[in-house]
This record gives sequence, structure tokens and C-alpha cells, in this order.
Amino acid sequence: MSISVLQQQLINQYQKGFPLCAQPFKQVAGELGYSENEVIDAIKQLDKLDILSRVGPVFDHKKAGASTLAAIAVPAVQLDTIAEVINQFDAVNHNYARHRHCLNNDAGHKDYNLWFVVTACNSIILKEVLDEIESQTGFPILVLPMEASYHIDLSFKVNFSGVHHD
Amino acid sequence: MTNLALETGSEILSLNSDQLNKLREIVEQGLPINSQPYLAIANQLTAMSVTTVSVKQMPSTAVSEQQVIQQISTWQSEGLIRRFGLVVKHRQLGYSANAMIVWNIDDIDIDAIANQLALRSEISLCYRRPRRLPDWPYNLFCMIHGQSTKQVETQIATIVSELGLSHIDKDILFSHKAYKQHGARYQRQVSA
Repeated sequence: MSISVLQQQLINQYQKGFPLCAQPFKQVAGELGYSENEVIDAIKQLDKLDILSRVGPVFDHKKAGASTLAAIAVPAVQLDTIAEVINQFDAVNHNYARHRHCLNNDAGHKDYNLWFVVTACNSIILKEVLDEIESQTGFPILVLPMEASYHIDLSFKVNFSGVHHD
Repeated sequence: MTNLALETGSEILSLNSDQLNKLREIVEQGLPINSQPYLAIANQLTAMSVTTVSVKQMPSTAVSEQQVIQQISTWQSEGLIRRFGLVVKHRQLGYSANAMIVWNIDDIDIDAIANQLALRSEISLCYRRPRRLPDWPYNLFCMIHGQSTKQVETQIATIVSELGLSHIDKDILFSHKAYKQHGARYQRQVSA
């Protein structure tokens, strides 16, 4: 996988503040010194490489609806199967297998190894989705809604020089 | 071409609630990658309005490019949209070590410590969440996206030492498989 200089610039300069005008890609092209077609092609290729999720908004979950982080503790052999069940829900937008790293102070906490984010337009629907996931997977869900946000900066400076691509 | 919404001032009509919901659904999935993406979205909304508005309602249902642009801009200034631009998949860019650091901090200390953690450039998110005893004792969550497990471990060790947090019970959960990673869909019904 090789990422062009233009693509690197797009990634590091346009995670926020994407132009809101009739021809936004043309404006970006002008700012970076490329043609509109070059920018459009570069973005399409990032999409093809599965590096781009989308060009669009990141909503504030709190203002945009209801959401929560959730986790379940699944026996390792069932992890892929259960993850697939959870993936089927449109309301789930992130779903990761995680393993605990420390374990040096294991006080008998459950080993939560599947972590996902559920969003809905309001808390009633959110609760329904969580109940349905619980019933379809057969595992109790740890529900951990955000109570306070101290910092959020999803725009993310990518260090291309140090990146090793597979 | 400059910002149409600014040029045409406040004369642009607001969208109705169906159109707003639909616009949100459309932009959640990302702009179409073509020369005039906002116009394409406006045309999509117009097509939708024509099929759903009853004949008795009289309004002009055509949605303009300017209305789309103005609405997104309004959502941004209201804070509903936190940022608008390229959303990339860190993992595909070599940021494969994604660590969630969870801390069990006394309630009385949590704001002070969280505010210190939030200032660290390595940390991309810092949230307070409820404990769920006895299964889950941790109440503060930080995320670090790094290029290797080792690098992230070093970053965490540095943070712990510099902020004097070694006495606080914590755990680190590295992700080892991403089953799903896309933008939120604020759907209105349960579907699987």
C-alpha cells in the first residue's frame, strides 16, 4: 500500500473544516495546489484501500442522540460468533475484541473481551437494542454510558514516516 | 466559488423535520465523492419529498444546495456536528495498537486527574463512566492509538510516572480485532 503526498495532506489537513461550498473538492484542490480531479481520485483511492471511512460528520453523541459503550465477557472460542451476532445490529458502530493487559491485580473482575458502541436516536430505543443484543447473544451486557467528557480530539495527526504497512 | 450560505444570507428556508432527519441519515454515511456533493444530496432530498409529501400540502418541496450547506453549517455551529471532514481508519494506517486504559479513581479526585490526563497529546479520548460493582470497578477511560503495543506501553508508563499515578488501580485493554468500525447511525428502530 502506498499513500501519495496528496493523500497524506488530505488525511492530516482535512479531518476537520472540510469546505461547505458548491465544489468542496475543487476548493481543497486549490488550497493544496492540485486539480479537482486529482483530489477526487485520491479520495476515491483511499476509500478503495479501506483507509477512508467517509468524508462527513462526526456527531456529538450526547447532542445527536443516545449512545453507550458496552461490553460482554465471552469465552474465547465463541468470540467471533458472538461478535458477528452483534455486528448484525445497525445501531452498533464500533465492535472490538480486546484483551486485558495487566492482570497483576486480578481481583476477580470479569474478563470483558468484546467491546462495542451502540447509538440510537433516544434512550428508549437504545435500551431496546441493548435488551435485544442481550437476548440474542445470551450474555449479560456491561453498560457504560459516558458521564463526563474531559477531552476529545478525534482529528488525528498521522505520522506517515513511521508507519509500517502490511 | 465562495461560501454560498454566507453570500445568500439568512433568506434560505429551513428544511422540514422529515427532510432534516433524512439529511442527517445521508450525511452520516458520508458525502458522495463527486464535484458537487451537496447538490447531489439536495437532489436526493427533493426526490424523497416528492414521493412522501401529500398532494394537499402545497409547499415547494425542492431542496436546494444552499439549504443543505446551510443546515450542515448550522449543525456544526450548534455543536451537533463536532467535526466535518475525512474520517480515516487508524488501523489501516498502521495505528494498530489501540489501547483503552481504565482507572479506578476516587470520586473526589477524578476531575482533577482526568483534566491532567486530557492535556496529554497521546490521549485521544478521556471519559468518566459508571462503575458496575462487583464486575467492573473502573470509572475513567482513556484511549491511545499507537503504532505498536510497545510504543503505547511506553507512553502509558511515562504518563503514569510524570503525573504520579502509580498508586491508582488500572488496567489496559488492547484491541486485537476490529469487527466493525464506522460512523454512528442514530436509527429510530431496533433492527438486526
